[in-house]
Amino acid sequence: MTATETPTTATGGAFGQRLLRKEDPRLLTGEARFVDDLQIPGALWMAMVRSPYAHARIRSIDATAALDMPGVRHVFTGADLAGDWADPMPCAWPVTEDIKIPAHWPVAKDKACYVGDIVAVVVAEDRYQAADAVDAVVVDYEPLEAVVEIEDAASDRVVVHEDLGTNRSYTWTLAPDPEAVERAFAEAAHTVSETYLQQRLIPVAMEPRGVAAVPGVHGGDITVYSSTQIPHILKVMIAATCGVPEHKVRVVAPAVGGGFGSKLNVYAEELIAVALARRLGAPTRWTETRTENAVATIQGRGQVQHMELAADAEGRVTAVRARITADMGAYLQLVTPGIPLLGAFLYHGVYDVPAYHFECTGVFTNRTPTDAYRGAGRPEATYAIERAMDALAREVGVDPAEIRRRNYIPPDRFPYESIAGLTYDSGDYEPTLDRALELVGYEELRAEQARRRAAGETTHLGIGISTYVEMCGLAPSRVLASLNYAAGGWEAASVRVLPTGKVQVVSGTTPHGQGHETSWSQIVADRLGIDPADVEVLHSDTAVSPLGMDTYGSRSLPVGGVAVAMATDQVIAKARAIAAHQLECAEDDLELVDGQLRVRGTPSRSMSLQAVAFEAFSAHDLPDGMEPNLTAQVSYDPPNFVFPFGTHVAVVEVDEETGRVDLVDYAAVDDCGPQVNPMIVEGQLHGGIVQGAAQALWQEAVCDEDGNLRNPTLVDYGVPSAAELPPFKLDHTVTPSPTNPLGVKGIGEAGTIGAAPAVVNAIVDALSPFGITDIAMPATPERVWAAIQQARSGSAGDGEGAP
Amino acid sequence: MEITLSVNGVERTSDVEPRRLLVHHLRDDLGLTGTNVGCDTSSCGACTVLLDGESVKSCTILAVQADGHEVTTIEGLAAASGNGGPGALHPVQQAFHTQHGLQCGFCTPGMVMAAVSLLEENPNPTEEDVRLGLEGNLCRCTGYQNIVRAVLAAAGEVRA
Repeated sequence: MTATETPTTATGGAFGQRLLRKEDPRLLTGEARFVDDLQIPGALWMAMVRSPYAHARIRSIDATAALDMPGVRHVFTGADLAGDWADPMPCAWPVTEDIKIPAHWPVAKDKACYVGDIVAVVVAEDRYQAADAVDAVVVDYEPLEAVVEIEDAASDRVVVHEDLGTNRSYTWTLAPDPEAVERAFAEAAHTVSETYLQQRLIPVAMEPRGVAAVPGVHGGDITVYSSTQIPHILKVMIAATCGVPEHKVRVVAPAVGGGFGSKLNVYAEELIAVALARRLGAPTRWTETRTENAVATIQGRGQVQHMELAADAEGRVTAVRARITADMGAYLQLVTPGIPLLGAFLYHGVYDVPAYHFECTGVFTNRTPTDAYRGAGRPEATYAIERAMDALAREVGVDPAEIRRRNYIPPDRFPYESIAGLTYDSGDYEPTLDRALELVGYEELRAEQARRRAAGETTHLGIGISTYVEMCGLAPSRVLASLNYAAGGWEAASVRVLPTGKVQVVSGTTPHGQGHETSWSQIVADRLGIDPADVEVLHSDTAVSPLGMDTYGSRSLPVGGVAVAMATDQVIAKARAIAAHQLECAEDDLELVDGQLRVRGTPSRSMSLQAVAFEAFSAHDLPDGMEPNLTAQVSYDPPNFVFPFGTHVAVVEVDEETGRVDLVDYAAVDDCGPQVNPMIVEGQLHGGIVQGAAQALWQEAVCDEDGNLRNPTLVDYGVPSAAELPPFKLDHTVTPSPTNPLGVKGIGEAGTIGAAPAVVNAIVDALSPFGITDIAMPATPERVWAAIQQARSGSAGDGEGAP
Repeated sequence: MEITLSVNGVERTSDVEPRRLLVHHLRDDLGLTGTNVGCDTSSCGACTVLLDGESVKSCTILAVQADGHEVTTIEGLAAASGNGGPGALHPVQQAFHTQHGLQCGFCTPGMVMAAVSLLEENPNPTEEDVRLGLEGNLCRCTGYQNIVRAVLAAAGEVRA
């Protein structure tokens, strides 16, 4: 099913099939190679000496004892390596002209600014020896007071980077009509004013990061294997920061074990591996430990959100005002300052709102830098508006489903010009709400909830709704330019039909679990009318796929997959020209059916795609002036974002005696346009929902006042297992995007975006008899129990009695 | 110390440091890199292998403790089930494929080994049994829904 007419394509039928994944067999058998699996003769192992202090001056470093240990070859400090860098570590998204960006070196020189900041590097013959020697490097620190809370950091009581003079990195404002917002609040029949905390999250890709750098000592080249989502961007950044000529750099992302944004970055260890491989003339490698990952890999979220709504007497929202303070952590990583901006346009969500104000201040703290984590800005925005809509429903006195119905952008308003300046491509929100409510049995649940309350039962039922829209498919390059992003948002693909008729696709996207090899094969096979098994997708190696902008921001299908389709169509156009020439007919007389180019009405006159490919290869009899070979390459810059949407409904039980919350049912009805492979879409949603629900219920990077992460291991950071989760009920609607020829929208982040507000709204709903209107995430039993106790004592005080 | 393990049916004798973890022995000494390391606290289960037929997290035991024992890793699973030959899959591997029980695939070898062991102990599990039985293996991609379906489907296959 395609959204728009594509007259050159055949309908092979592979698009939309639940095709089993081509990636699976090698992953199921141990044949796939992750970075740490690579056997690299002569490689030296690196281990990082990391600051145990969140904020400390480095007085001196004594590596004598470490250097005496078995197998230890070198120890390098920040001062030792100061000459190895052409530039500091990159921040590609300086969101304002006056943004403050601290110098960020791969190895700290004078001062450590967070627990985990690298202060020295040990190089040894094997990984055990390197790890042993870390503890023998003696660093003399002068501990300084740390600042770890967002609003404390904004006060500049303690300044992380003295040379900047403030912790305020930037303030970014989107205020299309400030007077309209003031007027709306002045005239409002109802207002809502809420504060939400987006706790910091540890992304926890199951594969910790790893890197290996293999230098060509005589050739001057270097090959870098990294567990990265962004081999193409990393290649450019290695050239820029390490001063290696870019044409001498090859980056390979072999099998990559999940990313969720955490591998969308340029990390110190990658740059250190390159610098030391060049300096030592030997391969260098490093694999992160899980405990290291908790502080050394970027974290997500970390915001305080002040959210206000104005509404008329019926609860129609007349203005949204959102003021955010966002925790950058100690430094600006690749796109740290831009993360809140990815949500900046979406604080009015799926609702038709005429007045809007957004502002965000990014502040430095003595914590691990934040950056993209699944959803990146959009879960935060959706959480704020969807929690606030429930607050408005309480204020107006209507059902949370009803408040949404009154405010949804109506389907006849698409493409919808939003007050924040976006053009939502397509949407029809209410049917997703209707279906999600039906899947959980909303009316019955409300009746059961009322029954339990009337009976005084202590296990409370709560139902929570969230309807989201996401801007994804990053991104139109000109829009990125207007937001001060340093690069573009295009994607590249090439398609080549080999002399034997088999097809190779080269994609600039870099899958790490998303199944692009399968989905891109389906897109190509569908258009060519061939078997997806006859298509091979090559990716994630800059020597094989020289052009690309990689995988993040739910961009791979709506940008990269579209590029694949467009390249396929160019191949088909060329094949038609060759076949028309050889069959002595007009191109318009040809139809492509089941991999055959046939003359309409005369099926006996035909050429197989394979025969055409061989003619293109032999080049014996091509139309005058035509280049040999049946290949095409496309760089596609999308004209707009795409806007998938949906409604998620969570059902929880809350035990008032213990504060325990059980997620007992969950329905998600999502719309990402036509689905290339529904099986893969469902898988993305399952995993995404769990990451959003986990933010709501279990996960937080907890740190003490000195900046020590208190839960750096999987023993105490709450990654849920199968035992904590219910099965999810999924359904979908199909509203194609008019902006790309496949009509497709991204789906990788949608589950996470929809889930957290649905779950927290459900918990607040369950606790409403106590008068509770907020529970901070994660809603641990302790927090829920404490809220109930506080509500009881408070309500006893004002004479209303406990429920 | 010199140790001899039967790994995927082959006797392997090595000289290892006493402190060497079984998982590092398998990966770094024997080149069996299908068994992954996802944490350092024995929490994630990515390193699960079969030791004398029972699942064990290979980061929780030392290589020397496995001396004289049989180890099956993901690389040897299909052959161990009698499904020999290149490209063959054990029924549990096949079910993970058919039910889309994996995405990035990093937890998968450990998850499959844990599922094999679970079905060995309980050939007829309920969904609840599977969810509880896999509690020691973490996956970050799938939300477990299709993993659970795969194990239940494999149970049907194994019984049939």
